[in-house]
Amino acid sequence: MNMSPLLAQWNYVLVIGLMMIGFYTVIARGNLIKKMVGLNIFQTSVFMLYISMGKIKGGTAPILTGDATTVYSNPLPHVLILTAIVVGVATTAVGYALIIRIRETYGTIEEDEIISAINAQDGHQDAS
Amino acid sequence: MTLPALTPDLLIAGLLLLPLIAASTTVLTGKWDNLRDTLSIATGVITAFFAISLFRHISAGGEASLSLFTFAPGFTIDFVVEPLGALFALVAGCLWPVATLYSVGYMRGAHEKNHTRFFFYYAVAIHAAMGIALSGNLLTLFIFYEILTFSTYPLVTHKGNAESVASGRVYLGILVSSSVAFLLLGMIGVWSIAGDLTFVPGGVLADRLDPTYAPILLALFAFGIGKAALMPLHRWLPAAMVAPTPVSALLHAVAVVKAGVFTVLKVVIYIFGTDYLLSTGASVWLVWVASFTLLAASVVAIQKTNLKARLAYSTISQLAYVVLGAALATSIAVQGAALHILMHAAGKITLFFCAGAIYVAHHHSDLRDMDGLGRRMPVTFFCFALGALSIMGIPPLGGAWSKFMLMIGALDAGQTVIVFVLMISSLMNLYYLGQPVIRGFFAPSSDKEETLAEAPLTMLIPIMLTALASVLLFFYADLFLLTFEGVAP
Amino acid sequence: MLAHAPILQIIIPLLAAPLIVLLRQRDLAWIVAVAATALSFLFSARLFLQVAATGEPIIYEIGAWPAPIGIIYVIDSANALVMPLIAGIAFIVTLVGRGMIEAEVDARDHTLFFSAWMLTIAGMLGQVATNDAFNIFVFLEISSLSAYALVAMGAGRDARALPAAFNYLILGTIGATFYVIGIGLLYMLTGTLNIGDLAARLPEIGDTHTGFAALAFIALGLFLKIALFPLHFWLTPAYSFAPSAVSALMAATATKVSVYVLIRLLFGVFGLNFPGMDEVGTLLLWLGVAGAFAGTLAAIWETDLKRLFAQSSIAQLGYMAIGMGLMSSAGLAATFIHLVNHALMKGAIFLALGGLAMHVGRVTMSSIAGVGRQAPLTVAALLFGGLALIGVPLTAGFISKLYLIRAQLDQQLYVIALLTVISSVLALVYVWKIIEAAYMQDRPKDAVVIRETPAMWVGAWILVIATIYFGVQAESLVDAAFRAAETMLGDAQ
Repeated sequence: MNMSPLLAQWNYVLVIGLMMIGFYTVIARGNLIKKMVGLNIFQTSVFMLYISMGKIKGGTAPILTGDATTVYSNPLPHVLILTAIVVGVATTAVGYALIIRIRETYGTIEEDEIISAINAQDGHQDAS
Repeated sequence: MTLPALTPDLLIAGLLLLPLIAASTTVLTGKWDNLRDTLSIATGVITAFFAISLFRHISAGGEASLSLFTFAPGFTIDFVVEPLGALFALVAGCLWPVATLYSVGYMRGAHEKNHTRFFFYYAVAIHAAMGIALSGNLLTLFIFYEILTFSTYPLVTHKGNAESVASGRVYLGILVSSSVAFLLLGMIGVWSIAGDLTFVPGGVLADRLDPTYAPILLALFAFGIGKAALMPLHRWLPAAMVAPTPVSALLHAVAVVKAGVFTVLKVVIYIFGTDYLLSTGASVWLVWVASFTLLAASVVAIQKTNLKARLAYSTISQLAYVVLGAALATSIAVQGAALHILMHAAGKITLFFCAGAIYVAHHHSDLRDMDGLGRRMPVTFFCFALGALSIMGIPPLGGAWSKFMLMIGALDAGQTVIVFVLMISSLMNLYYLGQPVIRGFFAPSSDKEETLAEAPLTMLIPIMLTALASVLLFFYADLFLLTFEGVAP
Repeated sequence: MLAHAPILQIIIPLLAAPLIVLLRQRDLAWIVAVAATALSFLFSARLFLQVAATGEPIIYEIGAWPAPIGIIYVIDSANALVMPLIAGIAFIVTLVGRGMIEAEVDARDHTLFFSAWMLTIAGMLGQVATNDAFNIFVFLEISSLSAYALVAMGAGRDARALPAAFNYLILGTIGATFYVIGIGLLYMLTGTLNIGDLAARLPEIGDTHTGFAALAFIALGLFLKIALFPLHFWLTPAYSFAPSAVSALMAATATKVSVYVLIRLLFGVFGLNFPGMDEVGTLLLWLGVAGAFAGTLAAIWETDLKRLFAQSSIAQLGYMAIGMGLMSSAGLAATFIHLVNHALMKGAIFLALGGLAMHVGRVTMSSIAGVGRQAPLTVAALLFGGLALIGVPLTAGFISKLYLIRAQLDQQLYVIALLTVISSVLALVYVWKIIEAAYMQDRPKDAVVIRETPAMWVGAWILVIATIYFGVQAESLVDAAFRAAETMLGDAQ
């Protein structure tokens, strides 16, 4: 198998790797905090995707220097990712707030325990 | 005092509005029973007058149409009256005041509750029936068809007990499911094929629909029009018998079921076109399905001892006659089918009226308790006999003509077996409708009472009117013989 | 002022959010919310009338930077139809929802509640108005994050709102992230994020793995947002445990906005001829049918009314998916028609449920037994909403069915048409169970006695009247929907 294209595009390999790690964590882990961490990793992989696609060979940081011959990396993905990072932070904040409340209410942050607690309550509630 | 000239479109508007006016006055005068019911009947009489005028206008070759508003792009709610619609409007319009008078007697005699609600929905149902009769396109018809279903539901569940709620479920379930699953699909299919849903003499499908698909489209309509009670979608009819008898009488012997077979006939004549059906043979399967329903329902009727149940299955059988005539698609068969709508209505309503009278006067609903009752209720049982003879198709009652025409129509279509089917059915009718009459007059009664104990006059008068109508219809049948544009003689 | 209407309709609710927090007063918070949604509605209605009259899209450049350098808002026939719908329903629910909010949300949280409320509305309007793909993501997240918080506010009444909100957060974020991955791939391919520009550039250079992957990610991300089967599991818990006003708002608007976004991306950016669109269409078609049945069958077994109607929403979204999957102008028009009609019907139903919930708490078949006599107008609104769901003529639901089935038959998809009508017949079962419980049963002696107040039914009835209006005078809506469909499909039909 010809590995050189894969190695040449190592940034995308990294992105996909992170994405899958994050996604797997979200789905497979029952602990709510681990889910959030997985979500964060997943989102981070997307940041890497955007930023790495904006890098130009020989490009420098996109800050105007006044020199007309400088090659800059594409600043637009950076801007987009700043927004996305903020979104990620907000999501994380809301998520952890919810986890705290869940912990207060159900006494646990393990998904299966929460589900059994709900089912136990449901039995009482539906009988009413 | 001269009456303002009643132009045809005013007649249409009147026929649609008068029942709604009756519904409103019923609600407004709810507390004053006699005023409320008098207004109902009076409005009904005016409606009958309008219906007769319209029928005479159309029979003389006149035209009548009324366009209301645009519903959606390419669809208007409009009304175009043609002979069949005028006939159905006539049936509904004339029988409505008679049935209302009867209902007043019944509701009071049987001590039913919630009269105002009853008469309100009764009137709305008639309005819906008028809408169906006068509709100019399939969409308008479908809309009023659904209004009819939903406005008759409160009537079926009137008593409010568990049995009527359960029956209401069957009623609504079958009628709405069939209309939404099949009729709607068929209707949109026609829209897709013909681009339009207007009723056109001669049909809209010729040259547009590949004949292999025609039977399927016809099936969508035949089974989608659940009100025609074709088996296996007939169960709602016996279920609806749990309602007070006036409901059974008007709605399930006249308005609701007639709306069903009317729609079948209308679709056959003005959407498919009789020529198209004859040349493609797309309706031959329906001839057999209708024949099966015809016979099977009669067999079940024989086994029923509850009078209303027996009459219900008799209705299912008689409705199949109309569907049969439509499926045969020859001009005489179609004319016979249309005539049968009228004849059966008059006959069956008499029978149901009598059943209700027996219940009010003696609280009997089972035939086994009615031995000898004819001697105590001679008028009722005599009228029952007249109605029964009409259903059996024996002269000099009106039903004889329609049955005769259906037989001729079957021969025309080359379906000689159908003639035998009709004859066998008549024999079965003779048995299950004759039995109550014979036993009523001649069998010894179980309680040995022989005093005269007829039903109240408010019930007897309608009974006599409709029985008389059945007789008169025999002699004046030619007045009601319709010629359809687009149906080759 | 009017020239800035496209941005004002979004900015006003957006600014109202922090304003409400600063005001710190419950009554003022509500007044500001009502005022902001009213203004949004007026602006969006005005824009709709303008676009309908001229047929020309209105282009608004933010900061006077022209496309494709700047972010522009384009109000064309498609979003001009959706925006007044969202703003109008937001206005009505805000106006009448006060009673419901007071009954269900702790008084100390009201200002924060209304603040999040404004954010979610602003986010929804922003998604619809904008013509920049990344801007859609930003507003999507604004709307979603505040929605997660709003759903969680239901914890005061039922603690299950918390795991429901958390689940919603996880799945919603995954969906949005998939979307943003797709946008990134598109940007990599074309160098632009402007929708019009993307549509222009993609046909020549789109036929690559990158383009195909972009389509897959965007489609999948948005499928999750429209609760397409089998990605629908987040919706039922979120709608049933949220406060009633939140359920009413979201059931009527949130998923509709996502449907719009999906249409805009699939048809307005990729277009019918893009490689892979056929597969996407097939998925939409069959998953839509599956959703229609899954939702309806689940609803039949439900006794909790909010859960029941949430399941019903999944079915209705299935119909919209089918319309999209038809890949035709008629199908897309049917989706737009149903988008509007469903918003009205579901809004009416959830408002009526909210009205009942103010008195009976948890609205179940047993808690509403015999309620028809005590709260006649509220239950009548529920009845009409239910009839509209079944598709009885003279309601808007009938019009939706009419055009959807027509679009299916035009493409000879007979089996799909039959399945559509069968699932709609099944809806009769659960609607009638509710009608029987409310009207035919006797109210138990120990049940809560309801004294009906206008607050319970006014909002629901406004939407019911709209449903009946569009059921009887459908011409304007149908024409607008067809114009919207044609605008979306552009030249490639």
